[in-house]
Amino acid sequence: MHSDCIVIEGSNMAEAHPVGFQWVMEAKRRGATVIHVDPRFTRTTAVADEHVPFRGGADIAFLGGLISYVLENELDFRDYVTAFTNAADIVDDDFTDSGDVDGLFSGYDPDTGHYDPASWALDGAYRAPAAGKRDAWESQMPDGPRPGADPMGHHEPRRDETLTHPRCVFQVLRRHYARYTPEAVARVCGMSVEQFLQVARSVTENSGRDRTTAWVYSVGWTHHTVGVQYIRAAAILQTLLGNMGRPGGGILALRGHASIQGSTDIPTLFDLLPGYLPMPSAHHETLADYIDADAAKTGFWGDMDAYTVSLLKAWWGDAATPENDFAFDWMPRITGDHGSYVTVKNQIDRKSFGYFLVGENPAVGHANGKMQRLGLANLEWLVVRDMQMIESASFWQNGPEIETGELRTEEIGTEVFFLPCANHTEKSGSFTQTQRLVQWRHEAVHPPGDSRSELHFYFHLGKRIREKLAGSTDERDRPLLELTWDYPTSGIHEEPDVVSVLAEINGADADGRPLSTYTELRADGSTTAGCWIYTGIFADGVNQADRRKPGSEQDLVAHEWGWAWPANRRVLYNRASADAEGRPWSERKKLVWWDEEQGRWVGHDVPDFEATKPPDYKPDPGATGPDALAGTDAFNMQSDGKAWLYAPSGLADGPLPTHYEPVESPVANLLHDQQDNPAREEMNRAWNRLNPSQSEVFPYVFLTYRLTEHHTAGGMSRTLGYLSELQPEFFCEVSPALARERGLEHMGWATLISARTAIEARVMVTERMKPLRIGDRTVHQIGLPYHWGSNGLSVGDPANDLLGVVMDPNVHIQESKVATCDIQPGRRPRGPALLEYVADYRRRAGVEPGGIQ
Amino acid sequence: MTNVFDAFSGASTSLYGELPNPAEDAGFDGERPKRVGFFTDTSVCIGCKACEVACKEWNLVPDDGSDASDLYRLTGMSYDNTGDLGASTWRHVAFIEDVRPHSGASAATGDRASTATGVEVTTGHLPSALPAVSGGPVPGAPRDAATAPPDGGTVDLLALLPDDGASGATGNGAQGAHGQQTPDDERDVRWLMSSDVCKHCTHAGCLDNCPTGALFRTEFGTVVVQDDICNGCGYCVPSCPYGVIDVRESDGGAHKCTLCYDRLGSGLEPACAKACPTNSIQFGDLDELQATADARLAELHGRGVEEARLYGRDPDDGVGGDGAFFLLLDEPEVYGLPPDPIVTTRDLPEMWRNAALTALGLGVAAVASFWRARK
Repeated sequence: MHSDCIVIEGSNMAEAHPVGFQWVMEAKRRGATVIHVDPRFTRTTAVADEHVPFRGGADIAFLGGLISYVLENELDFRDYVTAFTNAADIVDDDFTDSGDVDGLFSGYDPDTGHYDPASWALDGAYRAPAAGKRDAWESQMPDGPRPGADPMGHHEPRRDETLTHPRCVFQVLRRHYARYTPEAVARVCGMSVEQFLQVARSVTENSGRDRTTAWVYSVGWTHHTVGVQYIRAAAILQTLLGNMGRPGGGILALRGHASIQGSTDIPTLFDLLPGYLPMPSAHHETLADYIDADAAKTGFWGDMDAYTVSLLKAWWGDAATPENDFAFDWMPRITGDHGSYVTVKNQIDRKSFGYFLVGENPAVGHANGKMQRLGLANLEWLVVRDMQMIESASFWQNGPEIETGELRTEEIGTEVFFLPCANHTEKSGSFTQTQRLVQWRHEAVHPPGDSRSELHFYFHLGKRIREKLAGSTDERDRPLLELTWDYPTSGIHEEPDVVSVLAEINGADADGRPLSTYTELRADGSTTAGCWIYTGIFADGVNQADRRKPGSEQDLVAHEWGWAWPANRRVLYNRASADAEGRPWSERKKLVWWDEEQGRWVGHDVPDFEATKPPDYKPDPGATGPDALAGTDAFNMQSDGKAWLYAPSGLADGPLPTHYEPVESPVANLLHDQQDNPAREEMNRAWNRLNPSQSEVFPYVFLTYRLTEHHTAGGMSRTLGYLSELQPEFFCEVSPALARERGLEHMGWATLISARTAIEARVMVTERMKPLRIGDRTVHQIGLPYHWGSNGLSVGDPANDLLGVVMDPNVHIQESKVATCDIQPGRRPRGPALLEYVADYRRRAGVEPGGIQ
Repeated sequence: MTNVFDAFSGASTSLYGELPNPAEDAGFDGERPKRVGFFTDTSVCIGCKACEVACKEWNLVPDDGSDASDLYRLTGMSYDNTGDLGASTWRHVAFIEDVRPHSGASAATGDRASTATGVEVTTGHLPSALPAVSGGPVPGAPRDAATAPPDGGTVDLLALLPDDGASGATGNGAQGAHGQQTPDDERDVRWLMSSDVCKHCTHAGCLDNCPTGALFRTEFGTVVVQDDICNGCGYCVPSCPYGVIDVRESDGGAHKCTLCYDRLGSGLEPACAKACPTNSIQFGDLDELQATADARLAELHGRGVEEARLYGRDPDDGVGGDGAFFLLLDEPEVYGLPPDPIVTTRDLPEMWRNAALTALGLGVAAVASFWRARK
């Protein structure tokens, strides 16, 4: 809303996030320029000022081009860059850049497909990452910490404040992106040089002291084998332009579903504990081991011991004592990748036997539906909690593999428990949205019949398990028996009091009084906090998320609407909204500043800085935690307080984003010899074959996405008449040129084929799809909304069945936004003939054969 | 309340022309609320269809296709699958896809004729709004009628499109004005979205032609059908110059937007306006909405959006101005709206007078003939 320019890239915000999009339209009303960079012309594009059509999977080339444009034309916000970034740090001379040799960074082992990040270090200092592979230093290196790299991180790296040293980050960055010229970018992306320059001008003219640009992305960026590096590239650009920590700036990660943000804050992810604490690994014997390995010693992660001990106290209460290491031993451990796709692989291999599906319909919604359904068919038991009979609960009866004969109902041993659940209007609780704003909602109607809230289900499941274990003296049962599991209940169904859960998340002091902020947390066991970043949401015993004072009655930040973590702060790292001396960069963009008279940080927002630390504060040598950060170290979750233009640690696939082609791409990498991400994760199994890169058998690119009218895998929309009538059938969007090339008719049928399977869809011929010219060939992109399955009022083949699974090495997310296929007019073969049809494609493409093992 | 029969007396002029206060005209006295309406600003519409769903949810309107055998089938009209306003669609979002020559100043298109704003359509429209498969009125009919299929069936899109490279010149040159002669990458796509609704006309033809009194003017100046009085005669259907009201086969009654009459009484805004995420649909007192719309239009013109215009705002138009009016980004026909709607009752007084004169004349002639016969 306060942005002067909004670039939406990797997101179809108007269609997938229409409610949040109101603020983009409000910014536009106020004069902001809205740019949509997207392979398709969508409803977002329709109301944008500018559309830049380009090829899916070429974002790093595009962003790298913008970074290069900024650096070569010296358009970076230099005062910001020198004050708040690591641009001046000198990189160790062991480092070789991917630009220097064939697209690989130093440290790559072709046998394992992994990088050893040791050579990426800064000269003279190890920098602990604030996220990502935090304990890589320990666990990925057999010999433990490297000599010369002090894990205590006390040594300052050598710096060159003039940014001219050939090995300083600024110059490394410049060289790395030197080949990303406007001409090269235009060739890789399939846009014109003029289109690229127009965006470059809009963005740079709308950045600086007086103006700010925001970048918006969604799963159009994350669902790639280099997804993390996409976002890193945007972070580098926005940092160079000085758009971080300032009103109207930033990088907005739109989450895919109500409170998906909340489900990473208090996570459903295997490798995280609440508040982005890393999950302990099996090699962490003691709490001290874990903290040593994962906590930076400087910056706010330096207080990770306080956050962790408070979490342990919240979970195990009086049973967590200094003597038993605060029950750290009871915490589960991870031994590697336990993500969704590895779990499904283990199901198929009969290593994993039980499965809860809650608000998830993987038979339709996840990549490679066949793999998902094979996993389900090999379970002993499956619990599905949903509002509708979704495909993941009925796969044994009407799944595509039943039709082809690959699975036989009578041979599937999975026992399916289908439990009806309450929807969001039928239970109280909170939603945490993209901007970390937590908003409370109240139960509007009681859930019908046997439907119950998730809280009800897990609370009573836990109670019953504890009753069954009661009296056990087995040490392995103690973590369950000692849990604080005593939430008050009400009503005939004994619904747990959700506010009491919120109070536990907030935390309390030794006397049980609610805490007000996370800086009150202690490592001595005197405080509790179920999620340290949420501490303060129940300050003074009041549900702060339930505040609804209208924005019209408040100032521009509107602090009294809901509550944002952390500390009700609306713009993270907002110290950067003031210059090195603590003065606002400009009157128009003032947010937080140093008040000399009061001796503290003041402003419209809650300052993201220690309130009384002056701008000229210099830490003592050897200081730890927040004390080790200077008065200009705005990015205070980082161990050095700096925004990282260059990431010396934390990433699995390089310190700088490099353009790699999607694994299934119709074209060669025009920027580097290395075709695709060398550190990607693959699963080469009969049920997960990949199309060869640049295959003439699979010459077209397809993109998967959502429509406004449907909800993800369709359980909540294909079952409703009012929504089904709005987008009643599965369709594919193709350009007139592709329709002509393949003989496709508008509203006729088409069959789409990959090495996984073949599916059919109605054809929508539209000028909104444009063929692109990449190098010397024309690339056609096909659009596939992925909502459909076999159940409900509106039915169709699942688009995700066409996808294989190949993953980003940092976060194990699949590449589902870009893959290749063939398209032919007419309907697909039925029954076993479908298998033969696909097998023929595999043979012609040189893909390994194989059916279900 | 005025109806056709009053017109005979010549006592009222409220069938046509400017009428500041239709509720007063209908007999509501001084204590009534101000006239309310919708201002639909299509320039910020994102086509989410929340209005369609909210309307059906609140008003218990059935699935659009409940009467049809082809429920849950794509229409092929871009992202529009409800087709048109009707008895079971009281809010309808139209999607208009078309192509224009590249507005950019690239060398390839520099010699191409275009206006200063670069919006003039010099190639034919690619009609996204193809005729509804179920028949009925054609929403968003293509501006160039030549692109519409003569049989009302599916348009052969491919025939409208250029071939690649050299073959394009021969293949499509013959198609004249609507042959696409611009290569794919030199054409800009435009996708207009607009949520249409009953206009709640100042002079409502449906109401004035309703013989049972089922349609009435509310104290808010809106027009509402009373389900329990409507006998399904259907006189209202051809009386609407916009093709809004229709009879539902399943219950035999005529239905259309009530502007959520039941919500207004409780101080709530209509469901569609409440659900609209971008404030494209604005509800309020009509005079305030008109001021808002005038300011928005001036703002857009100030930014060079010359094609922006208001539709239904003018109290001098053929229906005396609309209670629900629009900001459009092209001519009304592009959105499937009549360019110059005229209430079907405009000529009624004159017609009745003519009829009366004729009757009188015939009477005189008859008397005269008897007179002569007796002679």
